[in-house]
Parts: sequence; structure tokens; C-alpha cells
Amino acid sequence: MSQRPDAVVIGAGIVGAACAEALSRAGRRVLILDASFAGGSTTAAGMGHLVAMDDSPAQLALTAYSGKLWAELVHELPKNIEYEPCGTLWVAEDEEQLDLVVAKQRTYSDFGIEAETLSPTQLADAEPHLRPGLAGALRVPGDGVIYPPNAALALVQRAIKNGAELREGTRVDAIGAREVLIGHERISCDCVINAGGAEAAQLTPGLPIVPRKGHLVITDRYPGFCHHQLVELGYLTSAHTMNAESVAFNVQPRATGQLLIGSSRELVGWDGTVNRAIVRKMLDRALDFMPGLALTSAIRTWTGFRPATPDKLPLIGEWEDTAGLWIAAGHEGLGITTSLGTGQLIADLIVGVTPAIDPMPFAPSRVHSTAGVH
Amino acid sequence: MPRGGQTRISIVINGDRVEVPAGITVAAALFNVGVSALRTSVTGEPRGAVCAMGVCFECRVTIDSRPHQRACLTPVVDGMHIQTASIS
Amino acid sequence: MTGLRVDSFPEIVAADVAVIGAGPGGIAAAVSAAERGLRVVVVDRGLEAGGQIWRRKAGAAAAPEAQPWLTRLADSSARTINGASVVDVRPDAGGFEILVESSGRPLRIWAADIVLATGARELFIPFDGWTLPGVMGIGGTQALLKSGASFAGKRVVIAGSGPLMLPVAASLADAGAKLLLVAEQAGRAAVARFASGLWKTPGLLLQAAKYRVRFLSARYATGTWVTAAQGGDRLESISITDGHHTWREDLDVLCTGYGLIPNVEIARLIGCEIRDGAIAVDNRQRTNVNHVLAVGEATGIGGAPLSLIEGSIAGSTVGSVETASGHLSRRRASLVEAADRMLEVFAPRAELRSLPHADTIVCRCEDVTYGAIQGAACARQAKLYTRVGMGPCQGRTCMPSLDFLLAWQADTVRPPVEPALVSVLSSEVADEAASLFPLTSSVGEAYQ
Repeated sequence: MSQRPDAVVIGAGIVGAACAEALSRAGRRVLILDASFAGGSTTAAGMGHLVAMDDSPAQLALTAYSGKLWAELVHELPKNIEYEPCGTLWVAEDEEQLDLVVAKQRTYSDFGIEAETLSPTQLADAEPHLRPGLAGALRVPGDGVIYPPNAALALVQRAIKNGAELREGTRVDAIGAREVLIGHERISCDCVINAGGAEAAQLTPGLPIVPRKGHLVITDRYPGFCHHQLVELGYLTSAHTMNAESVAFNVQPRATGQLLIGSSRELVGWDGTVNRAIVRKMLDRALDFMPGLALTSAIRTWTGFRPATPDKLPLIGEWEDTAGLWIAAGHEGLGITTSLGTGQLIADLIVGVTPAIDPMPFAPSRVHSTAGVH
Repeated sequence: MPRGGQTRISIVINGDRVEVPAGITVAAALFNVGVSALRTSVTGEPRGAVCAMGVCFECRVTIDSRPHQRACLTPVVDGMHIQTASIS
Repeated sequence: MTGLRVDSFPEIVAADVAVIGAGPGGIAAAVSAAERGLRVVVVDRGLEAGGQIWRRKAGAAAAPEAQPWLTRLADSSARTINGASVVDVRPDAGGFEILVESSGRPLRIWAADIVLATGARELFIPFDGWTLPGVMGIGGTQALLKSGASFAGKRVVIAGSGPLMLPVAASLADAGAKLLLVAEQAGRAAVARFASGLWKTPGLLLQAAKYRVRFLSARYATGTWVTAAQGGDRLESISITDGHHTWREDLDVLCTGYGLIPNVEIARLIGCEIRDGAIAVDNRQRTNVNHVLAVGEATGIGGAPLSLIEGSIAGSTVGSVETASGHLSRRRASLVEAADRMLEVFAPRAELRSLPHADTIVCRCEDVTYGAIQGAACARQAKLYTRVGMGPCQGRTCMPSLDFLLAWQADTVRPPVEPALVSVLSSEVADEAASLFPLTSSVGEAYQ
């Protein structure tokens, strides 16, 4: 960058891209650095769901806020982000889960998120390929699905239109006080935003972010097989509990007509090889809910690493150990959804505007307190 | 299936019943009856077989209601129903 | 190995050697291993053994050079599983587990050793109109012809690269096709050099002459290639050039392809070293992965006689400490030399890099144009932004052409190696069967 940047954003995944977009919109001169290319890391590996999630009030606040921002923005983005407003069905297997569905409906409604309960008949009408005998579901029509790499790229391009610069193939070696080091190059600025995702702790030791591996399987095109994103209620338990390994039913219809089948969670460091046993378990779980998937043709399997924190909330805010350092990382499986909310929060906090939602639950400083991130 | 390849069997292509020799592939049968568009591409182009060895996936047709079957690898079977260009 | 217990689980086959591919290389490996007393299983996608070069309709007679080998395979103790696609290969407890999809059902082969005989496919270079029905590969046309398609009366042009065009031209002429033109992109001088070098392998020279005689009525041109195809919903005409003039031909079928490229996907999945696009092997056909050998076109394009020799070497090597016989090695060396010369002569010319324009489709599965991918720095970036290579063929058609056009390398190979039913990928082995591991080969102890 010919002139000194106001802000350096490290990481051009969806979160970094959203931070850059928001900061550039607020009039800051932004330099975006990515070790490979925009949207190429965890952003490229995930399901791309835009989903309201209520694991905690703070999570619900962030996903709801971010969902509103997506609703406003999505039609200004290029068609290749493949936005599908398919909504989500949270599927209940039995009466006990149906009680959870009813409670969830109340929580969402109180928050202003449209949600309705479906009876078994209504569920069968909505999704004929779900097996009979399910207890019902929660339908959240405002949820949707996008294709993340192009969404990240679109956000970066918006930032560039506002004067930002992108340097790809550039790995940052260290973050200093109001500066970053790349080899012998020293770039000084007012603030640095670490949006390094699952790798964020490499540049800021002390960040409680670990890689949480997931698998996905994508099929050939079967348009009309599935109309909503489908999730089992057990997904919440799987995402919430940091045990060694879990799978949970999650199927998405893509704009192409392909079906994206997930989900799995494991803590195995950075081993990205496909674990066949986990894929089998994941597919078996999917077949429990949608037996018809058995005859669909799977064309590819891949893995990715979610940036996971102990309290399931991302780190968004100042990192007081280093002058000028801000963190925007640790979004686990909600990076796509909460990217816009994160970007806006970071921009508001840096600029000094009161954010639309309470930023305290996401404060990186909670890491240091006993009541904080565990 | 009797060996010798002279036996003729009956299959249904896009609703029309045709007689073909036993032992040929679905792709060969479609070629012989003049059906050139086996599938429709994602932008709506007609496509036919290219590699004929199961690598390119251009010859995908729906057989007995099962989509995405490679015609070049599938032998004709008496009574088979083939639907072309019905799904991308 | 307790064959009886394993046999009670029809979804499992245990063997000493699994041969993947039943072309000449795979057949030779299978018969020589079986004749040494090893338990051999052969897996092949085709409906009958023979691969591409010996392909025929179900029940039809095989080519004369193929018949003795097919008979030997049928008479041997080797078991051939046809119509089966290899979905996954992974090391497991002293051997390999090979997951196969056969008639929509999962089958597992547990083997101590693997011989990869995965053959080759054609290199396509995209040009305007190449996606029209009626434009096919050269080997593709041959395969279609051999699997029962009738080309009688069809106006055909064969245009591309390499001696594969000769036998295909001959077959088409024999089948009553109206062969208008056979166009070799390599220049006349290059082809003449190759022809003059054929005195070293007189068998090949005679073969070439025999082919040419069968399609004498067709024009044969060197330094000539197709630049575009035209038509509404099927092929109607093509534009051809000799570098100076461009003219049109009306036709029904265009057979086009620019040589063969080894099928190395399964090798890459297993972790074998790939050199110059082929599976790297030593003089006993061993790859860098223990207990994995490779033969035939997958190790470098060289034709059926070479594949047969390499298959025999592998079949005598696998699971033993014998060295390959000196006679086999000398014959192989001369064939490899001839093959290398051929690859040099018929390498696609530089002008072919100008064939695709911005709106030419380069990824047929996802209809991605050449213009759409050009901004990307690498194949993976292009894939994520444009979907190039994301379709069912997983880049097998487009990536080799992008390697030629842009020197791009293909992405990682993961299971499933080719599309597989979710029911197959989610299948499990019954607990009782799984307890039969670890697998011990009858000759496993003989080598480390």
C-alpha cells in the first residue's frame, strides 16, 4: 500500500472480509493480508448456512443481528454467492425433542425471529423425503444458504471499491504494537485485526482457539429432493459439547440442486485426512432421517477446521496485551452467519460508535478472567 | 443373457419401445437410434457421449427412474426404461 | 487365510493380490500372479475384461492378440469382478481395504498387495463448439464402436494427435463409416521422422501400414487441426486449419483427442509418487508405497505389448523376492524407448493453446468458460470461485487440459475416487467379518 493503512486485517476469510468491508465503509484505509487467497481456508470448507442459533443468549443476539445484515446485503451481492432462502427445519425425533422445539419457538419469537412449529403431517408435506414417524419440527423461514468463497470475495471487492487493498499469498510472521511483520517488511498502522480463524492463535498466543475438524459430503444434482436446510436438535449438543467426536444430522439443498450432507466434529489437531469411519457414522445418521439419500450419488468428501473456543462464542474486540490489536476470530460453525455482525461490531468499536448489540459477551479480555472463556 | 450378440431385446427410450441387440451398451443403443442429446448441461446445452469409458460423465441418463447413470458403462437389459436429457 | 469364513460374507473378498484394471497390463499381472499360486482378484469397470484396447460387445469374439490372454485369465484361478468401480483404498492391518461399488452394492476386497493397472484416458483440448453432441474422443469413438454403435454411412473426421488415430480410422472404415479426413496435428517432418525411426520396431511399422491400407480412400493430412465445431443441437460442420488456410467440412461425427494421459487418481489417493503425470515405478514395477505395484499405461503411455510385459513383471514380482527375468527387461526397454519417441513426436503443438476463447467451455460438468477462470492464480482458487472441476468427473476432463493450457495442477484426490452411492459409502463390515483382521497373506512373510 502506497500510503500507511489505518487498519490491517489479517485473513481474508469471510470474517476478515466482513471486517474489511465494514471498516472501509466507515472511511478507514484498509490493507487486507491473506496467506493464500480470499475465502480459501475454513470459509471454503463449510456449509455456508445463514442460521439463527440459540446455544446462548449472546449467540442468539449475534446470529439474529447478523442475519438481519445478510438480509439487507444479500441482494446487492453477485449471483454467484448462490443465495438460497430455503429456511431451516429443526427436526424433532420424539416428544421430548418436540418440547425443546416448542421452547425454541418461544425463544426465537421473543427475539423477533419468525419461527413456527410443524406437526408430523405438516413436516411430511414440507419435506416428503424425511422418514415417517418424526415428532415435528421448528421452521425458521428467515434462514438460508450461501456459497461462502464467492461471498468472501464479494465482500473483499466491496472493500476494495472503498479504497481497501488486498495482498494475497502473503503470510504475516508477527503482530507488533500497531504493526505487522512480513519477513523484513514492517507495516505500521493504527490497528491490526487478527481474523486468522483457526490459525489465529499462531499470531496471538493466548487466544483459546483450537481447530475443530468437520467432514462434509456432496452429492450430484437432485433438484427438489430437499427444500429446507434440515438439522436435528442433537446438532446443538454436538456443537456445544467439546467431546472427542460427534456427528449430527445436517443436510442442505444447494442452489445447484446438489445435497450437502454433514456434520461431524472432532478434536484431532490439524490432521485433514478423511476419516472413513466418521464419514460412515455421519452418513448413517443422515440415512436415519432421510433414507432416500441411500440412492443418491456422492461425488466428493472433504474436511475443514472450525475455529473453536471453549465457551462457543467468538472473540470480537480489543486484545489489550498488544497496542492496537483487535481480534475477530473463533466463530466455530457460525462464521458465515455471524461474519457481517462481527465486521460491523469491530468497525463500530474501532471507530467509537455504540454497537447495535452488546459486545461484552464477545470481549477477548474474558479469556483472562476466571468467569470468562472455559 | 445368451452369448453371441444376435439376440434382440426390447427397451424403452423416452417412451418409445425399440428393439436392440443384446450385449450393447445404452450409449451405443442411443447412438444407433439417433438420440444425440443424452443429457442437458447446467446451462441448458445438449450433450452426448465423449469418452465412452466412464470418465467424463457426459453420457448420464436416467435408467428405470434412477438418474445419473453412465450410459457408456451400462449394458442394455430387456425391459429397461431410458430417459434422456431429463436432468442436468 | 480361512477362506470358508470369509466366503460366508458375500460383501467381502480376501486375496493376496488385488489388481485394479483388467486391460492388458492387469490381465498379464493377474495371470502370472495366479499361476504362481497367489489368490488374485481383479476389479474392472468394464463389462468384460480387456480394458479399452480389447473392448468388445458382451459375448462378441475378442481381437486375435487378445484371445490367448483372455483365455488364460478365464482358465486361471484369478477372480474377475466386472462392472465394478473402485471407490476407496486405504491401508488396514497389514494390507489394504479396497471399497468397490458393484451393481449399486458395496464390496470390500482385503488384499496384501495391489497392482494398479488403471490405464489411461484421452487428453481433450477445448475449442469452440466441442461440447456439441457428435464430437467425441478418438478412443471414445473406438469404445463406442466396440460396444455396439453403428457408424455405417456416417461422415467422420478424425483430428488430433498420435498413432491411436490409425487403428480407429481403420475400424471406422471397416464399419462402413465415410471417413472424410484423418488430420494429425504434428507436422509432416515430425511424422516422417517418427516413421523412419520405426525400423527399430518393425512390428509397429507393419502394423501402421496395415492400418493405413484399410482407410486408403480417406485423406491423411499432417500439420492440420480442428479449430472449431458448428451446429445447432448437434454437430454439423467443423473448421480445420493447416496453419495457413482454414476451411470447413460438413460431417456427422468428429473424433478428436490429443494423446493419452495416465489415470493416476487411485495412485495419488494411496500416496504413490507421480512423475511427469505417470505413476513412478522401478524396474520391477514397484511404486514408492510398499506392497503397491503399477503397470501399463498408468506408468507411462506405451501400448499393449509393453503393458503385457510390465504386467508379467509385476505378476512375478508381487509378494516375492525374485528379480525380473533379463529377457523381459530388455524387451521392455526397447518398447519404452519407442514409446518415449512417440510421445515427443506427437506432443500437442503450441498453437493449440489458442484454441479456447473466453467463452469456450473448459469444464463440461459445470459449464465454466475459459474466460471465467483466467483471473485465478491456481487451479484450487479457480475451482472455488468458478466451480471448475467440481462436477462428477472431479476434474478428470478439464484439469489435464488446464495443465496443458496454463500449467495448472489438479487438486487433492479424496474418497470417493469416483461417484459412489451414499449407501455404499456408509456401508459397514459386519463385526464378525471385521474380526478376521489382521489379514495375513500366505506369502506376506517372504518380504518386508
